[in-house]
Amino acid sequence: MTERAPLREILVVRDLHAWYGESHVLHGLSIEMAEGQVITLLGRNGAGKSTTLKSIMGIIKERRGSILFDGRQLIGRPSDQIARQGIAFCPEERGIFASLSVEENLMLPPVIRPGGMSEPDIYRLFPNLLERRKSQGTKLSGGEQQMLAIARILRTGARLLLLDEPTEGLAPVIVKQIGGVIRELKRRGFTILLVEQNFRFAATVADRHYVVEHGAIIDAFHNDEVGANRAKLESYLSV
Amino acid sequence: MTIFGLPVAALLSQLVLGVVNGSFYAMMSLGVAVIFGMLRIANFVQGAQYMLGAFCGWFLLNLNEMVPDYGLPRIGYWWALLIVPAVMFLVGVVTERFFIRRIYDLDHAYGLLLTIGLSMIIEGALHLRFGSFGQPYGMPESLRGVQDLGFIVLPNYRVWLIVSSTVVCFGTWYLIERTRLGAYLRAATENPVLVRAFGVNVPRLLMMTYGFGVGLAGLAGVMAAPIYQVSPLMGQQILIVVFAVVVIGGMGSILGAIVSGFALGLIEGMTKVFWPAASSTVIFIIMAAVLLLKPAGLFGKSPT
Amino acid sequence: MQKTDGVARSTRQASFPGLQWAVVAGFVILAFGAPYFIYPVFLMKVLCFALFACAYNLLFGYTGLLGFGHAAFFGAASYVAAYTAKFWNVTPEVAIVLGTAVAGLFGLVFGWLAIRRQGLYFAMITLALAQIVYFYALQSPWTHGEDGIQSVPRGHAFGLIDVSGTISMYFFVLAVFAIGFGILYRAIHSPFGRALKAIRENEPRAVSLGYDTDRFKLLAFTLSAALSGLAGGTKAIVLQVASLADLHYGMSGDVLLMVLIGGIGTVMGPIAGAVVLVAMQEYLAPLGSWVTIIQGSVFVACVLSFRKGLVGTLGNSFARLRRHRRFSSRRPALAAQRPAGGGTDSKPGALS
Repeated sequence: MTERAPLREILVVRDLHAWYGESHVLHGLSIEMAEGQVITLLGRNGAGKSTTLKSIMGIIKERRGSILFDGRQLIGRPSDQIARQGIAFCPEERGIFASLSVEENLMLPPVIRPGGMSEPDIYRLFPNLLERRKSQGTKLSGGEQQMLAIARILRTGARLLLLDEPTEGLAPVIVKQIGGVIRELKRRGFTILLVEQNFRFAATVADRHYVVEHGAIIDAFHNDEVGANRAKLESYLSV
Repeated sequence: MTIFGLPVAALLSQLVLGVVNGSFYAMMSLGVAVIFGMLRIANFVQGAQYMLGAFCGWFLLNLNEMVPDYGLPRIGYWWALLIVPAVMFLVGVVTERFFIRRIYDLDHAYGLLLTIGLSMIIEGALHLRFGSFGQPYGMPESLRGVQDLGFIVLPNYRVWLIVSSTVVCFGTWYLIERTRLGAYLRAATENPVLVRAFGVNVPRLLMMTYGFGVGLAGLAGVMAAPIYQVSPLMGQQILIVVFAVVVIGGMGSILGAIVSGFALGLIEGMTKVFWPAASSTVIFIIMAAVLLLKPAGLFGKSPT
Repeated sequence: MQKTDGVARSTRQASFPGLQWAVVAGFVILAFGAPYFIYPVFLMKVLCFALFACAYNLLFGYTGLLGFGHAAFFGAASYVAAYTAKFWNVTPEVAIVLGTAVAGLFGLVFGWLAIRRQGLYFAMITLALAQIVYFYALQSPWTHGEDGIQSVPRGHAFGLIDVSGTISMYFFVLAVFAIGFGILYRAIHSPFGRALKAIRENEPRAVSLGYDTDRFKLLAFTLSAALSGLAGGTKAIVLQVASLADLHYGMSGDVLLMVLIGGIGTVMGPIAGAVVLVAMQEYLAPLGSWVTIIQGSVFVACVLSFRKGLVGTLGNSFARLRRHRRFSSRRPALAAQRPAGGGTDSKPGALS
C-alpha cells in the first residue's frame, strides 16, 4: 500500500430513508466514502442498491436523512443542482439517447466544473467510440453503449461517479475492459461508488464493499477481507 | 395559353397562393410540432396565440391612438416583426410556468383540454373588445407592388412571405437538429430525468421551448396581418388545419411539419382550382388516410 | 392502512341505504314537476344535452377514449331528423329514430377507422372525420348551408300525441331521455361496462385477460355515437332547427366540458355538467363574449384543480364523511413518518 495523506471524506450518508411512491425502500442506510476510493454496494436484486444511487443523485425525491457531499447537504436539492456540485450518474439502463449520435451523446452532459477529462483523453481511453462517433447512439453494442455511458460523464468535471451495474449483461471480455477503465479512473483520482451484483468483479476494482439488504447496510468489508469472507458473501448474494 | 382549360396565369397565381397559405401552415405547424415533440402537449391555444400576435402588431401600428397622451409613434411592420415574437415568447414563458407545467404528469387529454380552455379565454376577451370585425393593417410600403414576370404577376408581399417563412422554418429545423441546444431538447424529450441528472435545468428548458413555439405563432400572426383580416376569429380558422398538418407530418417531427405545411398549402391551392368544393376537406381526408396507413405521420417515428 | 380501507369499503354500501331511493324519488318528482316552475324549453334543452353528455361519457369517462368528433353524430342526427320531419313529413319519433340510425352508422364507420390508434391520435382522427362531415354540410344543398334547416315541425308523435305544445313535448323528451339514460345505465352496470372500465384502467392487461378490446371499444363507440344521435335528433325536433353549430368542433368541445365539469366517469356527472353549461349559455347569453371567457375559465379551473368534477368531488367528500364518522372514535392509524411532498425536509426522520 502506498503512503498517502489522511483521506478526505467526500461523501457521508447517514440514516437515509427513501420512498418510491408509497413503498418505503431505504431504511436508514449509512455509508461513507473518502476521496479517490472505489466503493461497491453489493446485494441481491431489489436490495436497494440502485435506489441508494438515485437518492444521492436526487432522482428519487422523497428522502429523509442526511447526504453530505464535500460538506454540503444534498437532501432537498433537485438533481440538476446535485449534478452541479460535482456528482455524475451512469444509470443501469445506460440511458443512451436514440435521437443523438454517439458524439452528441458524449458531448451532452454539460461541463460543470474544470478538471474533467478532455475529449482526446476520453477517446484515448475508449478508442472504439472514436470510430463510431457519427453513428446513432443506440446502434452500438451493449458493451460499447456502456463505455459511452461512462465516457460521457468524465468530461463534466464531476469528481464522484455513481455507476449502476456497469457490467450487467456484458460478455466477460468487455467486463474485463470495464474493470480496466475503472482502475484507470481511480488512478486519475476519481471517486467511484459502484453498484454490483458480481462480487468477483467488484473485488478487482474496489477498496471497500458494503452489503445492502432491505434498504440498509448489513455488512462491510475491506477488499483484502473478501477472500476470507467468501462464503458469507455468497450467502448474502444468493437468491 | 391554357392548361386543363384554365389560363396559365390564373393557375400559377393560385399555386402561389397555395404556397403562401402553406407558409403559414408550415410556421404554425412548426410551433405546434416543437411544443408537442418536446413537451408532449397538444397546444390547442396556438391559434389564439397567432391571433394575439396579429393583434399585437396592429396595436403597435396604432400605438399613438391606443395609448394617447404620451406622444408614442406608430410602430410599423418591420419593428413589429422583432417586437411581437419577443413579446409572445414572454407570454409563452408565463403560460408554461403557471398553466402548462401543472399538467405534465397527467394524461394527454388534459393538455388538450387546458389549452382549449385558454384559447377560449383569449378569444373571448378579444371578441369582447373587437367583436368579429377585422381590423385593418396596411401593407408595409417597401413590400407593395408586384413583380411582372410575363407569364405571371407576383405580388411582392407574397414573395417575401414565402422566402421569409422558409428561412424561419429552416432556421428552426437547424437549431433543433444540428446544434448543441437542440441536442439538449431532443435528449430531454427522450429522458428528461437523466438529462436533469446531468446538470441541465430541464424545467427551464421546457419553459423556453414553449415560449419559442408561442413566439413562432406570434411571428406568423404579424406576417399574416397585412394580407388576412386581423380578427379574433382568425386563429380558429387556421388552427384545425394546422393540427391536421402536424398529424400528417408526424406529431413531433419538425421536418414533417415544415414539409407537410408547404405541401398541403399547395395541394389545397390545386384542389381549389380543379375541384373547389373539396378544397376545405381535402386536408382532412389526407389526414384520415395518413392516420390509417402510417399513424406516426409521414416523417414521424412510431407512436409510443 | 389497508385494513381500514377494506372495512370502509364493506360498510359503505350498508350505511345510508335509504338515501339512494330518496334521491331517485327526488329526481322523479323534480322531473315531473319542473316544467311548471322552470321554463320548459330550457329544461328540454338540458335533457337533450344531458343525454348527449351521458352518451359521450360512456366513451370518454368509462372507456377512456378521448373522442373529439362527437359533434358529427349529434349534428348529423339533428340534420337527418330535421330534414325528414320537414320534407318527408314523418312523425317526430320516426325522424329521431332515423337520425339515431344515421349517427350510429357514422359511429360504426368512424369508430372502425379511429379505434386503430390510441390517445391523441385517436382524438385527431375523430376530429378530422367530424370536420369532413362539417364541411360537407356547409356546402351541401340539402342542408341549406349557413341557414340550416329551420321551422322543423313537431307534428304528432306516433301519429297520435300532439307534441307541438310545450308541456307535451317536454314529457316526450323526458321519455326519450329516460330511455337513452336507461340504456346507458344498463350498459355501464353490466359485464360490458366492467370490460370497458378494465380497458380504461389498463388496456394491455385487459388484452392479456382475454378481452377482445377492439371489439369492445368499437361497440362502446357506436353506442356512444348512436345515443349522441338520439340527443341530436330530439334537439332538432324540440328547438325546431338544425344548424351548422351542431356539427362545429365547438360542440365537441362543449360536450367534453360538460363531462369534465360534472365528473368524468360518474353516472350523474354528465347531467350535472349539462345543467351547468346549458344554464350558463342560456342565462349569460346577454353578456355575449363573456360566456366564452367564463366557459374557458371553467375549463382551465377544472383541468388544474377540479379534475373530479362536481359529482366526483361531492362523492369524495361524502365518502370521506362516512369514513370519518365511522372511525372517529378509533386511534389514528400509525403511519410511517414520511416527508410531505418533495423531500424538502432535511431533518432526520423518526421511523415508526
